[in-house]
Amino acid sequence: MITEKVTILNETGLHARPASVFVNTAAKFKSDLTIQKEEKKVNAKSILSVLGLGVTKGTELTISAEGPDEEEAVRKLVQLIKQGINE
Amino acid sequence: MIYDGIAGSEGIAAGRAYIYNNDQVESNEGRISSGEAEAELCKLDEGIRKSKAQIEELKKKVLSELDESKAMIFDAHMMMLEDPEFLETVRESIRADNLNAAYAVRKAADFYISIFGQIEDDYMRERAADIKDVSSRLIRNITGTPSDELKKIDSPVIVVAHDLTPSDTASMNRNLILGFAADIGGGTSHAAIMAKSLGIPAVLGLGNISKKVKNGDYIIIDGTEGKVIINPDTGLKEEYKLKIYEYKKQRKKFEGSAFLPAVTTDERKVEIAGNIGTPEDIESVIARGGDGVGLFRTEFLYMDRDSLPTEEEQFEVYRKAAAAFEGKPVIIRTLDIGGDKKLRYLELPEEMNPFLGWRAIRICLERKDIFKTQLRAILRASTYGNIMIMFPMISGVGELRAAKEVLEEAKSELRRENIEFNEDIKVGIMVEIPSAAITADTIAKEADFFSIGTNDLCQYSLAVDRMNPKVSKLFQPLHPGILKLIKHVIDASHRHGIFTGMCGGMAGSGEAAIILLGLGLDEYSMSAASIPVIKSIIRNVSYEKAKEIACHALELETPEEVLEYSRSIMKQLKIEYI
Repeated sequence: MITEKVTILNETGLHARPASVFVNTAAKFKSDLTIQKEEKKVNAKSILSVLGLGVTKGTELTISAEGPDEEEAVRKLVQLIKQGINE
Repeated sequence: MIYDGIAGSEGIAAGRAYIYNNDQVESNEGRISSGEAEAELCKLDEGIRKSKAQIEELKKKVLSELDESKAMIFDAHMMMLEDPEFLETVRESIRADNLNAAYAVRKAADFYISIFGQIEDDYMRERAADIKDVSSRLIRNITGTPSDELKKIDSPVIVVAHDLTPSDTASMNRNLILGFAADIGGGTSHAAIMAKSLGIPAVLGLGNISKKVKNGDYIIIDGTEGKVIINPDTGLKEEYKLKIYEYKKQRKKFEGSAFLPAVTTDERKVEIAGNIGTPEDIESVIARGGDGVGLFRTEFLYMDRDSLPTEEEQFEVYRKAAAAFEGKPVIIRTLDIGGDKKLRYLELPEEMNPFLGWRAIRICLERKDIFKTQLRAILRASTYGNIMIMFPMISGVGELRAAKEVLEEAKSELRRENIEFNEDIKVGIMVEIPSAAITADTIAKEADFFSIGTNDLCQYSLAVDRMNPKVSKLFQPLHPGILKLIKHVIDASHRHGIFTGMCGGMAGSGEAAIILLGLGLDEYSMSAASIPVIKSIIRNVSYEKAKEIACHALELETPEEVLEYSRSIMKQLKIEYI
């Protein structure tokens, strides 16, 4: 399992279009992917779960992946967040 | 009783109320025995399949009737039906808790609605409404409950509801809806946007109007003042009858003169054309006196299917449109897909900035197979009427040249095959990227016409995403910067002897019409409903006066000043518009 911490830089957090872009990107990987905010850990491929986390700017998230493409998946998602998704 | 709400869409209507209860979908607590789980899971899958097909259909309908951006809501619905967590929760409650499929969906949906409800944020509240909308649809499809309540309306009514979702409004018979009144919603909610595009009044944010009104009550809704009156006394009824009469008279006046040409009092003729998205729109443009089609969006041909449309299929559609307008111009825009508009059978990368990404002509110039098939179909149809070709998202003359090269290839192929087409077919571009507007003089040498796409031109020039409520108020077509760009494009086209049209939302705006006339715009293209009004405005002003007005508008410094000036001019000239 691969895990990495990353801080959300987007003004709107993981919300609206950024949330869809994030989830659609996650869905492309075979590995099981989760994101965790404080104690809450959810499926990164689920738009409802990701939106339900209520991730705002400055939130620290832990992204974890387990599966055949785990390294690539975490790298890609962390990169996406660091780039500010699509803002 | 009079109730105050939010004015959602202008106009006044009176009539019988039709209570639309979209909340109460049958999903009573249903238990199953463990042997029935498999059957329930099948029902669930079938319900999901049906729901997806319906959503795809609605999206297509909305795309063809309204702005493309409004169809995005259905993409969100689609994502929810594909949400792995949501679906697993539902399946688990069927398998382990012995719930029937409908109840399992309701429980899972309620769970997410309550989570979203705890987050204080407009966006999340809207998403909670989306979950409700999607889950109700899914439950109806599982239980076989008919969902077409609004479809069943068979006489003119005012629809009263708790809320109106995109799914609700997309399926109703719009000819029979006099107006909307709803418990929730505001000026930018879906119901307001829908009402405006239908040209009917709406009063929203009324609290619990859907509980106070009974089916068949006589109600008056005043979408200008934001009032609803239930069972008014005779005096009020008469007063409003007069108001409605005046309002209708004004509308009728516009509609009644829709077939007169758009000629100014000093004989300058401009063309007022319609935008169409599907063959069904042709009828309404003709019925409202449209002088042709200024924008034929061809995306519908490519959507909601599993493979590219053939040349033959496209040819049939273009041919029919050309023939229907009997020699009046029909400007066909080549495929404008990409960005946020996806095709199932075409792999498009997920993009950070879809509107600045791989879309429209950029895709077509790389996928020449797709492009050439469309061009061949358009060329073949060109002998049946007055078809023109328009390329979208051109940023400079290089792309126009490259596109014309493919067009030439298509032409030589047809010649070799001895297939007839109009050798002199006119080829123009959408001016929607600021660099194209700025280099209009260069491009005008190689194009036969321009059509200004104000929605994208404003989005790119003002750096404003219209869909983002935080900045959407900055989306101002009357911004002096936009007016100057438009003037620059029109002047350049006239210097080179070609015409400039406009096919964005600004073309249908009463407040912009005279300024655009004065700037020298040759053709306006808009949704069918606006055609009679814009025609009437043009007929009531002189070109000389319009030029003066435009000249003065160009000297103003802020969008607000331009808007205020335009309104005062309309008042001063006693020009009516809705």
